[in-house]
Amino acid sequence: MALTKQEWVGLEKQAYALRDLCLDTINWAGSGHWGGSSSVADILTLLYYKYAKFDPKNYEDPNRDRVIVSKGHVGVILAPLFALLGLVKKEDLKTFNLTGSKLGIHLDSNKVHGLDASTGSLGHGSSIALGMALAAPLQGRKYKTFLVLGDGECDEGSVWEAAMATSHFKNRGSLDLITIVDRNHNMIDGNTEDVMALEPFEDKWKAFGFETITVNGHDLPALAEALEKAVAGGPKPFCIIADTIKGVGVSFSSGNYKWHYGAFDEAKYTTAKKDLKEYSEQRIAKAEKEGK
Amino acid sequence: MAGGITFTAVESTKLATAEIFGKTIAELGAKDKSIVCLSPDLATSTKMIDFFTKYPERFYNVGIAEQNMIGIAAGMAKSGLTVFASCFSVFASLRALDQVHTDICYQNVNVKLIGTHGGTSFGQAGSTHHAIEDIGVIRPLVNMTVIVPADGLETANAVKAAAATPGPFYIRINRGFDNVVYSTSDYGFEVGKAVTMRDGTDITIIACGSCVYQALQAASILDFDYKLKARVINMHTIKPIDRDAVLKAVAETRKIITVEDHTVIGGLGSAVAEVIVEGGKACLLKKLGIPDKWSPIGLHEDLMANHEIDAQGIVKNVLEIMKQDVEKDENWGDEV
Repeated sequence: MALTKQEWVGLEKQAYALRDLCLDTINWAGSGHWGGSSSVADILTLLYYKYAKFDPKNYEDPNRDRVIVSKGHVGVILAPLFALLGLVKKEDLKTFNLTGSKLGIHLDSNKVHGLDASTGSLGHGSSIALGMALAAPLQGRKYKTFLVLGDGECDEGSVWEAAMATSHFKNRGSLDLITIVDRNHNMIDGNTEDVMALEPFEDKWKAFGFETITVNGHDLPALAEALEKAVAGGPKPFCIIADTIKGVGVSFSSGNYKWHYGAFDEAKYTTAKKDLKEYSEQRIAKAEKEGK
Repeated sequence: MAGGITFTAVESTKLATAEIFGKTIAELGAKDKSIVCLSPDLATSTKMIDFFTKYPERFYNVGIAEQNMIGIAAGMAKSGLTVFASCFSVFASLRALDQVHTDICYQNVNVKLIGTHGGTSFGQAGSTHHAIEDIGVIRPLVNMTVIVPADGLETANAVKAAAATPGPFYIRINRGFDNVVYSTSDYGFEVGKAVTMRDGTDITIIACGSCVYQALQAASILDFDYKLKARVINMHTIKPIDRDAVLKAVAETRKIITVEDHTVIGGLGSAVAEVIVEGGKACLLKKLGIPDKWSPIGLHEDLMANHEIDAQGIVKNVLEIMKQDVEKDENWGDEV
């Protein structure tokens, strides 16, 4: 198992804290992208708390691993993540979306310390991540670059321009770029397959020259195992397709595309907090029971 | 500035402007190992081939994918490299605009975008390849410096200045050969500082790019044939524009004609107009450029004549403006 019991339990608790603070931030902000934030939470937890070499106290270290979250509309979970990492003041989360705040729906990398790119226009992160990955060997550095894509944004042609180039440049220098797709199956107007079919999705990545792994994106040990393989490297670039559930952890939003973006009234906020607690406690209990 | 790179006028007449860019970037690359070049299958057309030959490890051909190129450039620049990305101006400004806007300008990274085949310089290629809106499209982008050099030597100066100055630059050059405007590189090129090429008090011709040479020719004709003293300003930097040079021209000549190989909407003429209006002093302004219609196909010099941005066209328009006596129409003393 890629995670020890202690790691697994600890990461489950981190994931809970992250989603919980995300709910609070949406509540303070008045609304937010809960669906895609909850689906990507486990991926971010594993990256920032285990696989990305990133010291929040030394966030400008040129040798740090890079994490590009291309689905930039999930600022409402990135800001809580950076708050938990100590890079954003927790009090500032209460200003999210407010006039004059440094935090808004899409985060600005020139305002949030440690955030590697300003994303929001979908399909841009792939090329930025590739540029960062290509820059490492040119500067004699060995950092890794992790790219987190949304599945809906894979409709953008630029994702595939970058995928083609990632594969093409894989063996030039030592390209160390790992792609993780948050495959939550939903976008603003509905299911990805109804709006613009992505399947056969994994085959597309394979055809672009990637080694692919599809994994349950809410199963931390399984996701960790996929990341271990990707981090170990190989002749082809890796793409992990993390099969996730949009709005996971909350009864009314789980798997419901309508919760791509929304606002909680008091009752919904209370339900969301309660549901998430239950969902997360079950996961923590499972980790305690099955962890080794 | 990086310095040390000079071309004589004789050499510059033998080189296409893009070749001078190519040689300049290769020279800069020798001194600065942080310089990387990117091209979307245009290394030959945009003359990055010298850099590629000397520093293949710092050159990336990204294929025909301008958006990807700009994103890669931004990622590299975010990691501390100085990136020169070159492609046709029309695709740099339109095809990849979202990436230029967000990845380069919003993030304020050190990417130098070299737009080649500017204006109608690739005239035969038709409107899919004419870059007649690029200045208007790129000029409003926050953090972006926009330079349209008048000739090869000025291109070398602009490229050196861009390499030495942090932040995003857009440098628009032409396909093929430019008429030589400068006989030496050492005329004091400074980003944001217009060059007065010729003094005069009857009218001011403000030009950029290939139109500077035409403006100088026009000024000679106006002087010789019509005894009109036209001031000629090379406004190589469109943003930040040299407000002082414009306002001085307003105060001293009261008539301005702008000349550019670009639509009359949003480019040099519009930038000059903005300064004039905000200056609060009345001034007669005529904007020469491509009217709000698609350009015909043709040779660059023919299209310049067609759009009256060549010497004869400038002379014709100056003479028309000179017939208008603005001072009789206005009480200058009432101005704010």
